[in-house]
Amino acid sequence: MNKLSSYTIKEIHRAYRDKILTPTSFVDLCLQKAIQSIELNAFTTITDDEAESHAIESEKRLYVDRKPKTLDGITIGIKDNFCTSNIPTTCGSEMLKNFVPTYNATVYARLRKAGACLVGKCNLDEFAMGSGTIDSIFGPTRNPWQYERNNWKIAGGSSGGSAVAVTTGSCVAAIGSDTGGSTRNPAALCGVVGLKPSYGLVSRYGLIPLVNSMDVPGILTRDIDDCVAVLNSVAGPDDLDSTTIKRDYKPIEIQDIDMSSVKIGIPKEYHCEGMDREVIDTWSYVSDILEKENCIVKQVSLPYSSASIVVYSILNQCEVASNMARYDGIEYGLRTDETYSTEELYASSRLRGFSEVVRSRILTGNYFLLTRNYNKYFIKALKLRRLISDDFNKVFNGEDKVDLLLTPTTLSDAPSYEDFSLKNNRDQCAFQDFCTQPANMAGIPAVSIPIRLSKNGLPLSLQLMGPMFSEELMLNVAKKIESIVKFPSFDNTTLADKFVKI
Amino acid sequence: MYRFIYYKSLRMCNRSHSTSFNKWESVVGLEVHALLNTNSKLFSGAQNTFGGVVNSCVSLFDAAIPGTLPVLNRKCVELGIKTALALSCKVNEVSSLDRKHYFYADLPAGYQITQQRAPLASDGVINFQVFTPGFHKKPYKKSSKIKQIQLEQDSGKSLHDAELKRSLVDLNRAGAPLIEVVFEPDLQDGEEAAALVKELVLIVQRLGACTGRMEEGALRVDANVSIRRPGDPLSTRTEIKNIGSIRGVAGAVRYEIERQKTVLENGGRIINETRAWDAVGRATIPMRDKEVVQDYRYMPEPNLPPLRVNLKSKHDTQHVISVPLIQEQIPELPESSRKNLIENYQLRPEAAIQIVNEPILLKYFVDLAEERSQSTKIANLLINELLTVLNKNKLDISDCPITLRQLKELFKLFFDKKISLEVFKNVLDDLVISSDSDKMPSKIIQERNWTLISDETEITKFCIEIIENNPKLVKQYKEGKVKVLKALLGVMSKNSQNKFDMSLASRIMEEVLKK
Repeated sequence: MNKLSSYTIKEIHRAYRDKILTPTSFVDLCLQKAIQSIELNAFTTITDDEAESHAIESEKRLYVDRKPKTLDGITIGIKDNFCTSNIPTTCGSEMLKNFVPTYNATVYARLRKAGACLVGKCNLDEFAMGSGTIDSIFGPTRNPWQYERNNWKIAGGSSGGSAVAVTTGSCVAAIGSDTGGSTRNPAALCGVVGLKPSYGLVSRYGLIPLVNSMDVPGILTRDIDDCVAVLNSVAGPDDLDSTTIKRDYKPIEIQDIDMSSVKIGIPKEYHCEGMDREVIDTWSYVSDILEKENCIVKQVSLPYSSASIVVYSILNQCEVASNMARYDGIEYGLRTDETYSTEELYASSRLRGFSEVVRSRILTGNYFLLTRNYNKYFIKALKLRRLISDDFNKVFNGEDKVDLLLTPTTLSDAPSYEDFSLKNNRDQCAFQDFCTQPANMAGIPAVSIPIRLSKNGLPLSLQLMGPMFSEELMLNVAKKIESIVKFPSFDNTTLADKFVKI
Repeated sequence: MYRFIYYKSLRMCNRSHSTSFNKWESVVGLEVHALLNTNSKLFSGAQNTFGGVVNSCVSLFDAAIPGTLPVLNRKCVELGIKTALALSCKVNEVSSLDRKHYFYADLPAGYQITQQRAPLASDGVINFQVFTPGFHKKPYKKSSKIKQIQLEQDSGKSLHDAELKRSLVDLNRAGAPLIEVVFEPDLQDGEEAAALVKELVLIVQRLGACTGRMEEGALRVDANVSIRRPGDPLSTRTEIKNIGSIRGVAGAVRYEIERQKTVLENGGRIINETRAWDAVGRATIPMRDKEVVQDYRYMPEPNLPPLRVNLKSKHDTQHVISVPLIQEQIPELPESSRKNLIENYQLRPEAAIQIVNEPILLKYFVDLAEERSQSTKIANLLINELLTVLNKNKLDISDCPITLRQLKELFKLFFDKKISLEVFKNVLDDLVISSDSDKMPSKIIQERNWTLISDETEITKFCIEIIENNPKLVKQYKEGKVKVLKALLGVMSKNSQNKFDMSLASRIMEEVLKK
């Protein structure tokens, strides 16, 4: 029975049709997994009431109305920076600990419309600022792989809760957000698929922003087919987000594609200092596989890659400074008892509401935005961002162009919490986001695919990137890789033995 | 919460320099915020209205609820472009939106979305007539260049309760659509500034872009004032914020110019500061502590793509507005109306200005003048008699309750000599007081027995009566004092309660006297 929680969407729907399983029983199974793995801290809120009522609705559509929807009875987790009506949305911050939105983010609304059942809200670094999911007021999220109570690996971040929820089978799919790699990084470290769609393909309405110009809702699933099913139900224009593309969305199909027509680029700049030997080997392993599949694989250059992380850091902090200005304790969020003056109220609410990581980004961002610094930092960073984006343009559209790029997702397998927390948040991100954030700078789609286990028994993943709106080809190639490498998924049947006894 | 506003007393230097006979030249530039007349706000679907129940017109976005995003209201862009075209501005093919950051309780997001780097339109001009009766003898033409027109959000309103030591916030106005029109410092004094604002009000009203109701804050004026010796470069200016009436603009600028003169002539120094116009005290006062200079940390608004418009063709799509199409919808503007009144109706410029200044008056005039040739007379009656009656009843011209139908009948009665000027005025008064659109002047005249008598026999009979009762005056007249005729007519008009056609009466009286 437990294996059911590793089923794909297709398998689950088949089981529903065959009445081996019903939405309510499946939802219960997922909730059970969530409870069993509570120690991993994947959720900020487990929404059992919602999950059960959503399951009942699905059941009715399946067996009474006989008009099932595409995601009926499919369990989902939503990162806790997407607004969910009547369900707390905390951003892992003291500031929004008591914030209960009155509206649904478009992504969640569309998943609900497709019949998905919400299991819970997933843990994250405060306001998604981090790459380890260790900076949340609810405590760190722990990686289920090689878990030991006193020696555990980080889940990656900032959508670590979403990645762990999928890995443990607490839900079939989870929504994360990806600003510099926040979906792909934890997906890579937890051994699940993590998709960062093209900027503008999926609505950001209701996603509490980190960096508006880079944020995209991300999708975490156990395989590519599930990822496509979720993408197909959330993508497409949204009048509430002016940055979504206006043309209608054409659902992606996974089919047997002719790999010999696909050109894969290996950007040499991603072969960076500090990259683990095992990661490099995995990279070669897959490029060899692709070559064997008759793909054209060749080295390409993205010369501005090295500037990317600095540029990302500046733009990130500027937008953070601006986006965080609304948290003043007046309309919602934390408000202290300070009554001396409005200014004092702001200061004390923001001091108590934000961690030092958030405050230091706000302070730095405001420094960069000062009139005297604006050209020196912000404008310069924008110019470099353009060059980074042009790099991708040339590789994808110029002479000798390639269709997709293959790179590692992270520089190593999941670090232990002990090692990771030795570094400060800024250095953690600079290291962890190296391969992932350029895609956010350019707005292009990218997907992290788990490949194999390291000698430590931890997942190693690679990333595919493609030109804007090339999700169809990218995911088809990803599917091909997935079917060849046969990554050994996390065995969640042992969860009960691992935790419940304790 | 409370907020402190420091009202500093005027600090002036006592040492006086005796250079006051040197001439000063004042330089005035305006920035006007006009609330666009749309159903919904600039970036949200909340109702854009004045006087709603507190916090009843607030969308999630207006309250800066996390995760909400702005969606630009197309109607606002259209009205902004319309205004820009009416002010001969160059509409920019691509404009963009920026965030301007500052903390304030009634600014929920901590920033205002405005257009700092690439405004909607730039480089325009406004031409207007400066004429304040009683201040200027003759009107003169003036123009001011427009630097730019930008779209921006309004803020909410803070209410400070000093007694309970708390502040309350009303977000009904938060996110309401504004255009800010930034004028070059091309003006010299308060009257010119007031005349510019008046012209702008007329223009936006004609366009339907803004109600122009300054008393509701639909149009707010900031005035930048500095003074210098002729030929010198521009000197330090002060900014008077949020002046809420046209006469306020004139008063505030005049006061500020005089204040600066006094400061400088006493050896003081003008500091760059923000001041407020105290309409009751009739003075400008320092508004906030300006020692800390605000850095607004402008940044492009990342949630809104650049705003593109079609300048070349009349092809209009959901996302790209055609500017030539809007150009076609621009109605006749006040400057053309005045020209029309002067050239086609032979009005004096003073009369044309006064008529055009009041949209209702202009409408009355055009409709009345359509039916008869005495356009000058009509204009004078409207300006002198109608305005007097309204003033007497403390009514704003825009609230004039008289319908065109009533007015047309009244003018016909007067021009047909059925009633005297006195009766004309009395009927106007009656119409204003009763505010009853069904009550026709003829009815009033009938009821009050005010019909003009033009029956010669009756008038002759009355004349004889007057002559018999005023032997002294008659004697004087017969001795050659012809002026006495006026006195006799006066008696006649008084005794008859203005019921005679006095031009006829005057002729008959003379005839009778000569007999």
